Amino acid sequence: MPIDIPMDNWPGSVKTVTLGATSDQGGTRSSTVTIGGDQSLPFMHFEKPTANRPVIAMEIAPARPAEWSPVLLETWSEVVDDPGAWANACEEAGADLIVLQFGLKGAGDEPIAADLATSAVKTVLGATGLPLVVLGPGQAEIDNAILVPIADETKGERLVLGLCEDGNYRTIVASAMANDHLVLGRTPMDVNLAKQLNILMTDMGLPLDRIVMDPTTGALGYGIEYGYSVMERLRLAALQGDAMTQLPMMVNPGFETWKTKESKVGEGVPEAWGEWTERGVNWETLTAVSLIEAGANVVVLRHPDSLKRVRAAIDDLMAFETV
Amino acid sequence: MALSGIQIYKMLPQTNCKECGFPTCLAFAMKLAAKQVELDDCPYVTEESKTQLAESAAPPIRLVTLKGKAGEVQAGNEVVLFRHEKKFFNRPGVLIRMLDTEEPESISDKVKTASSYSVDYVGMELSIDGFAVEAASGDAATFATAVDTVRTATGLPLILVGSDSTVLAGGLDKLTGEAPLVLGADGSNWEAMTDLAAQHEAALGVKGESLEELAELTEKIKEKGVEDLVLYPAVRDMGTSLALNTQIRRLALKNFRPLGHPTIAFATNSGDPARESLLAAQALCKYAGFVVLDTFTPELIYPLLVLRENIYTDPQKPIQVQPSIYEINNPAPSDPVLVTTNFSITYFSVANEVEGAGLPAWLVVTDAEGMSVLTAWAAGKFDAERIAKTVKEFGVADKVDRKVIVLPGHTAVLSGELEEELPDWDVKVGPREAVDLPGYMKTVLT
Repeated sequence: MPIDIPMDNWPGSVKTVTLGATSDQGGTRSSTVTIGGDQSLPFMHFEKPTANRPVIAMEIAPARPAEWSPVLLETWSEVVDDPGAWANACEEAGADLIVLQFGLKGAGDEPIAADLATSAVKTVLGATGLPLVVLGPGQAEIDNAILVPIADETKGERLVLGLCEDGNYRTIVASAMANDHLVLGRTPMDVNLAKQLNILMTDMGLPLDRIVMDPTTGALGYGIEYGYSVMERLRLAALQGDAMTQLPMMVNPGFETWKTKESKVGEGVPEAWGEWTERGVNWETLTAVSLIEAGANVVVLRHPDSLKRVRAAIDDLMAFETV
Repeated sequence: MALSGIQIYKMLPQTNCKECGFPTCLAFAMKLAAKQVELDDCPYVTEESKTQLAESAAPPIRLVTLKGKAGEVQAGNEVVLFRHEKKFFNRPGVLIRMLDTEEPESISDKVKTASSYSVDYVGMELSIDGFAVEAASGDAATFATAVDTVRTATGLPLILVGSDSTVLAGGLDKLTGEAPLVLGADGSNWEAMTDLAAQHEAALGVKGESLEELAELTEKIKEKGVEDLVLYPAVRDMGTSLALNTQIRRLALKNFRPLGHPTIAFATNSGDPARESLLAAQALCKYAGFVVLDTFTPELIYPLLVLRENIYTDPQKPIQVQPSIYEINNPAPSDPVLVTTNFSITYFSVANEVEGAGLPAWLVVTDAEGMSVLTAWAAGKFDAERIAKTVKEFGVADKVDRKVIVLPGHTAVLSGELEEELPDWDVKVGPREAVDLPGYMKTVLT
């Protein structure tokens, strides 16, 4: 029985964005990473070939992140005390990108000083050839205080700088434009808020191919369904031709899942939750893969086993037999 | 797809005889389209129209119900490709596979453990739905013993897996009065399998490597009278599986009847629980009606059951709890008042932490339209005014003598306004995450 397979023929597509710059391109990265370019819903290879496979970023911190789950700190062991060694370990584990996430506080109770933050970025750039995403804690004053000097000191690297949020995007966007960097815009799980921020940022003259958007997600069990559906809707809007949604998406299953009780806590939890480490890795992996199938172009992870498993899933999703 | 009132009207007698109770045939057609009346109310409708209308009224994906000795599981009746378009209706059944080549004692132990498993998630008890027993031995007596062993250990619905209908028949004999799934029919054995399913009133799984093969088989099987079919697109990788399941769902929603049946996915045979959990997760998100696993461990099954719950939540109705003041661990008037929103995941995260730590507290739950703290705050549904209103509405001030109220850390910016709204209260800012609440309560609040 011959079957006429219903094919979507979309008028729009996602912008292609390249992260990082090699020495020929004005940076120091040993390779670049290209994301986006999607012309169909995720992995619908029978309609259009997937232009660029989703990539995996690993999150590191400038200093030992005391609030991280003990499972993670034990796994990474002593490298968490040195961002360069940590970035290098992530590269060896197979990461495509590094996300350097600054917290609200530095070594003491005060926010990290701008010069220390800049030197942490330089340490990471020196230790790894992978493209780098640099994120402030998401508080306007601190973000601006550290990201502006970082952008100046790393001109031409095509770093991704964030967080650009509704009330705080001007300084970061201006700084990225002046120094050949990209930005990450984050909005809280809402299609219209995501569009609005993209409009505001492009109104400043930042080209669309230098923006990555983080539509935010909840972890598995903590609102993943909101992130999942917002991402599906954003991707559908992009394919239907809505220019202000045609940006690659980056989400953070690592951060979201490792703060949940299931992943963070090993004692005094129900027996029905099972073994702690495996549960935490499953929690992170399932969140990541579900969101990749909803349209994520970059997932940020924390556990090296999750990296391996999500990598295997992406390889498997890229496989397609003609049947 | 459902017909419009006008399309239905064209199939009615158009005589306006009023015998149906409506003034015109058009009015009756509109009611029919809205599914508020039955076609039988029209005495003059032709047989031909009846058949056509019945076909258009049938759901695009047939509902298949598996029944065990205790419990049942349903799949089908889905109407959308994306959950945000409406919702996904029937949570896919999660079943664990047993091979009949394993020792009966071992089968029995495994089945009992998996069958009695239950885990609490935001006040709901989540569990698996049944077992698949596979005739790997190829021997009728061995298979019958295995089915009997599983049936003795659990009452949950079963799937019997094998390619030889005479072997499966021995297993089916053990399941009188139930509605199991027989899996399955393929190009070489479909006639015998169809007879077997018909004889035992079982649902029938249909295995095919391609959509064409599946569609041809279902048409032939339906002609022989078995309608409760489950599609098993037997493919190996996640990419092809995603493509085929998407194509089946798309075709079914376009009323392509040969594929208008729920599907089953086997996340088995990998020998790698990590891969199994990913295959199962994809099946849960992307359209499977039943998902079969080899491995049963709590750390693998718990996240999968939660994923299923999340994806099948009605997007229009977030799971909510009643706005109120909740008493945790019998609080005294001197105990603190904590504030959060009425999104159930938020509520349970906070309540479970405080309760688990054995700390007494008053938990004020505001009406934030079922949103979490950060989302509700961003949407203007969680502000100082609303919090103060809830505190007054539930007479919180009369229950405590030490007026300490703790805001979620993410909404620290509300503290100034709340101090204005509640002038005689000491407003404090708690941690951002519920998991850090016990530590905060022990150090800051005492």
